[in-house]
Order: sequence, then structure tokens, then C-alpha cells
Amino acid sequence: MDLTLYIYKTIFLFIILLVTLVVAMYSTYGERKVAAFMQDRRGPNRAGPFGLLQPIADGVKMFMKEEIIPLSANKKLFILGPSIAMTTAMLTGVVIPWGGIITIAGREFSMQIADLNIGILYVFAMVSIGVYGIMIGGWASNNKYALLGSIRAASQMISYELAMGLSIVGLILTTGSLSLNEIVAQQHGMHWNVFYQPLGFLIFLVCAFAETNRAPFDLPECETELIGGYHTEYSSMKLGFYLFAEYINMFISSAVIATLYFGGYNMPFIDQIGLSPNMVTLLGTFFFFMKIFFFIFLFMWIRWTLPRFRYDQLMNLGWKKLMPLAIFNIMATGAYYYFTELT
Amino acid sequence: MQALTNRSKVVSDKKMTFMERIYIPAILKGMSITIRHFFRKKISINYPEQTREFSKVYRGQHVLKRDDEGRERCTACGLCAVACPAEAITMIAGERKPGEENLYREEKYAEVYTINMLRCIFCGDCEDACPKEAIFLTDRIVVSQYERSSFIYGKDILVEPLDQSLRIDISARQTEKVLNFKQDKRFAHNK
Amino acid sequence: MVFLFYFLSAIMILTALFVVFSKNPVDSVIYLIICFIAMAGQYILLNSQFLAVVHVIVYTGAIMVLFLFVIMLLNLNKEIILQKSKVTRISAVVTGGIFFLVMVAATRLTLEIHPRYAFDSKIGLVSEVGKTLFHEFLLPFEISSVLFISAMIGAVMFGKKDV
Repeated sequence: MDLTLYIYKTIFLFIILLVTLVVAMYSTYGERKVAAFMQDRRGPNRAGPFGLLQPIADGVKMFMKEEIIPLSANKKLFILGPSIAMTTAMLTGVVIPWGGIITIAGREFSMQIADLNIGILYVFAMVSIGVYGIMIGGWASNNKYALLGSIRAASQMISYELAMGLSIVGLILTTGSLSLNEIVAQQHGMHWNVFYQPLGFLIFLVCAFAETNRAPFDLPECETELIGGYHTEYSSMKLGFYLFAEYINMFISSAVIATLYFGGYNMPFIDQIGLSPNMVTLLGTFFFFMKIFFFIFLFMWIRWTLPRFRYDQLMNLGWKKLMPLAIFNIMATGAYYYFTELT
Repeated sequence: MQALTNRSKVVSDKKMTFMERIYIPAILKGMSITIRHFFRKKISINYPEQTREFSKVYRGQHVLKRDDEGRERCTACGLCAVACPAEAITMIAGERKPGEENLYREEKYAEVYTINMLRCIFCGDCEDACPKEAIFLTDRIVVSQYERSSFIYGKDILVEPLDQSLRIDISARQTEKVLNFKQDKRFAHNK
Repeated sequence: MVFLFYFLSAIMILTALFVVFSKNPVDSVIYLIICFIAMAGQYILLNSQFLAVVHVIVYTGAIMVLFLFVIMLLNLNKEIILQKSKVTRISAVVTGGIFFLVMVAATRLTLEIHPRYAFDSKIGLVSEVGKTLFHEFLLPFEISSVLFISAMIGAVMFGKKDV
């Protein structure tokens, strides 16, 4: 590996981490604003113009709070929990193609950190490790509500991982590749996968809500039943890590949805305008972020519209409805390709 | 049992149709409602910068009025304290000394006059009871305090300033109708 | 690459020892998870990314979560763990020692075996794995899937009291 590429990748990695953190930070602000607007309120508007400095104020508050580790908690694991949650949330951004190829001084640089040929599976692996953050944190708190929350989180995430994986299979059948970069490249020119896999998209979307523990699937932390669930005993920045990890997960899920089903950095009619390739790449990245923001908004929109599921309804939906639907989707897609390739 | 209104919904346990069971139309309907609220005009106001207009007959913090020459009107008759349902008003009467004619209008005046704002229910009965047009409720808000004892307002807070320009305007509460009512009331025992 | 191999191997051996020696069962599970992740790293060094990721998803992501689940619900404390009698302890040492001997003997033999195929750098990629599975090993693959289905049906039968 030559030095320029090495430096470029390092810088790009830092940029992605920074962007992830900033987007997650402003998602907290966005969430409060969206919630307020949907309830005919104004939302935070005191810190800075339109309350734009609110996330910074919240962050300072989080840092200043007293750090409490309960006496009966398992200290080692208590600290490990939020660390895992944060780390796995941040790691997923590595495989997402944030843009096309940018040419600087005659050299081509890809706007993706690692083009794994099993990109989707990598995302799944990170999600499945992310469960540990919640489970370990909830158990180590030595609090019954935290334990209940973590058990709910674990069983919910395992259940919906299955349906999510199966919904992806139909997509892989159409694209014939597991590499996210290739999947995006195939969707060039409005051949977005959502038109070919509407059912798979719907299942994936529902599962994404469940995997990120967002409403209406926020049972692991429902205040009315569990006083905050797995992070009941957490305070200060450890709590901040859990909350932050949730928003990072939301950002990454939105990015994955946009990549897999909505053409990633592709935008319609880009070839007809006739811009320079670098401009096309930058515009594509901009457009990609617009898609991501739309999905983040969708996450919030749903959260402030739908009430929380009951636990048995959640399990019924996952195992008895989404799983069979996903299997049906696979069979239908397979049959379609089998018969079209015969003729 | 007979229903009191026709608004109550009859609960039925009928089986849901397919369209109802997939829930997606219902979810979309809910989302359309929330997005409509998203763009609606906001109800809340930016409080310290903007304030809502008070009603004309708003009953807030009391004022003890002076007359045009700057003399206290209150004669410490105690009718307000008697009328007060919350027993928030107490007073100690004093006799006017010679040379104090420019301070007190009547021969008897209130040396001490306190209203416990924690007890007061702002009903306005003191105002109705007053024969001397001395006490009125105004559109000022009783501000919050850190101590319970600081809610006991004495004459230093209640009596309005001497300066004509700083007098508290109570014209909203002293309308024609109110004055007529008081006129009738004052001579009610003669009828 | 060699350094990474030794680094990952050291982690694997150490964590594997911790799995056995740590008193707290939850600690054991977490060391086992670290061990599995290091193992996934070894797969990546062999350029079989697919195997590595599937290993993470299946072993660390699913099976160990269930392990942790059960251990958390049991809430094993130091007091609850029963003290074994002397006979069991001695027999455990003997059987463990014999097993260790067998393992050492087996590895000693494999040192002299040369690989049958030349190392192909693409062997672990997903398309190669798929082709191998569905051409050369189609029958064993399908039979194992039948086995899985029967296991699943059996689990459902056990789980439901009234079928």
C-alpha cells in the first residue's frame, strides 16, 4: 500500500467519524424539534439561534454530571457495556460508500473506507455484536429493571435480525453481490432496488426500527414499564454513550437503507446535466446525505406517531408475520429469476 | 342504562378486514396527521419576549390606592379582612395625628396592612367589600420567591407610589357598572 | 502478517485459558466472545472474509448471546456453585489429562501433513464458497439442512406442551 492512499484513508476515516458524531449530535436536536413541531410546540430555541447550540449544551451537561457506579454493580462490565455499544455503532460506517470516485491530481480516490466483498454481512456482524453492549450493561447494573430491559433488547434484536437477514436475501438475489459498492453502482440511473424489492424494503425498514430500539419498538427502554430499561443505573457520559449510540445507529441504519434500496449516492438525471466527474461525485454525496436525513426524519416521524408495541405483539410480528413474509419474498424473487432466465 | 350523550362509542369485537390487519393504511393515516401538525402554526409563545394579553377583569396582585392628593384611602375598617374567604388580610388600625392630614385621608388609617399571598385566592371579594375604593386587584403577577415569609406583602409593596406617573391604573376594574354596583351596595341597608 | 498471526493466537490462547479459569460465568462468556473475535481475525488473515463474518454473526452474534442470556437469567453466584466431591474432581483431572494427551498426539501427527491443494487466495471469498458448497458438497449440504430442520421441529415439540 502506498503512502498517499494510506494518508488519504486515515484522513477520510477521521472525517467519517467526525461526520457521524456531528450528525448523531444534531439528531438529538432534530428529534426534539420534530417532536415539538408535531405536537404544535416550538422545541429548544434558547441556546443560540433557533436553539442550534442545544446539543453542545446537552453534551456539557452530560459531562458535568456526577458519575455513579452502583456499589452492587459489576464494575468492569458496567464500564464495558456502553463502550461496546458506542464502538460497534461507530464501526459500521466503514463499509458504506459515501460517494463515487473523486480524482485529485490524476489519482483516483474512492469515497469508501473499505470495499469489503461481504459489506452487508459486515453490517450484520456489527449489529449482532452491538447487542452485547446493551446486555452486558443491563446485567452489570444489578438492577431488575435494567436486567429486564437488557433481556428484552437481546431477544428483540435476535428475533428481528433473522427477518432482516432474510429480507436482504431477496435483494442479494437481484444484485448478485454482497459488496455495498457494487450494489450502489448497479442502481445507477433510477434502477433503485426499492422498485424491484418493495416487500423486502418494507420488512427491512420495520426490522431497522426494531434493531435500533426506536419507537414503536423501544421496549428495552420504555419508561412507563422499566424506568428507562437497560440504562436505568447509568449516569453522566456513560448514559450519554448509550443515548449517542442509539442516534449513531439510527444514522447508520438510514445510510444502509439509502444504500441498499434508494440508490446510495446515485441521483436521477445526473448524466444528462453534463458536469465534471468530481462535481458529480460531490453532488452525489450531497444527495446521499439528503436521503439519509430523510430517513432519519422518517425514524422520528414514526416515533412521534405510533404508540409502543406490547411485548407479545412484537414477538408475533417478528416471528409470525415478518419471517414468513421474508421467506415468501425470497421464493418469489427466486422464482422470478428462475423463469425469466429460462426464456 | 341510558346513555347521557350520543358521543360514546359502542365497543365491538368484530373481526378486522385484511386491509385493517396489515395496519399500513392506518399507519400512513396517522403519519399524515402528524405531518399536518408539523407545518401548523405553533400554539406556544416565546414567553419572556412575548406575553399573552390579560383579560380586562384579570385579578392579580393587590394595590392600595391613594387619592388625587396622594393620601392613602384606606381607613382600616376591616371589611376586606372580614370578606376575605381565605383570611389572608390582617391589619392594625392607627389614629391620624395632627399634621398627618396630607398622608391619610380619613381620621383612622392602617398602621400595618398585610396580605398573605400564599393564602389569597384572588377572588376579589376585598375589592367588593371596600367602602373607600382603597383596595383593587390589578393585572400584575405575584412573582415567585424563595422564602414563604417573603410572600407576606406589607404596605411597602401594596401601597401605590406617591408619584402621579407611577400610579397603578385600575380603570379597567373601576368601570361604570362596578361603580353603580358599589353605589347600590353602600346604601343597601337604607332600602 | 506473521506478527498479527502471533498476536491473535496469543489473545486466543490467553482468553481460552481465562474462559476455564475465571470464577464468574459471565466473565467466561465474555472471554469466549473475545476468543471468537480473534478467531475471526485469523480467518481474515487467510483471506476468507466470508467465513470470518459468518463466524462473527453465528458464533459471537447468536450463539454466545443465547449463552449469556441463559447465564444472566440463572444469575449464578459463587455461593450457589456446588462444591464437587473428591472422586469427581480426580476423575475430571484424569479424563481431561487423557483428552489433552490425545490432542497433543493428534497435532504432532498433523505437523508432517502437507496440504492436498495448493493455497488459493480466493478460496474463502463468498462466490467460491458458494460454488464449492453447491457443486462438490451439494448432498452433504442438503442433508445437513434436513438435519437442522428436524432439530428445529424437535425444539418446537419440546417447547410446546400441547401440540
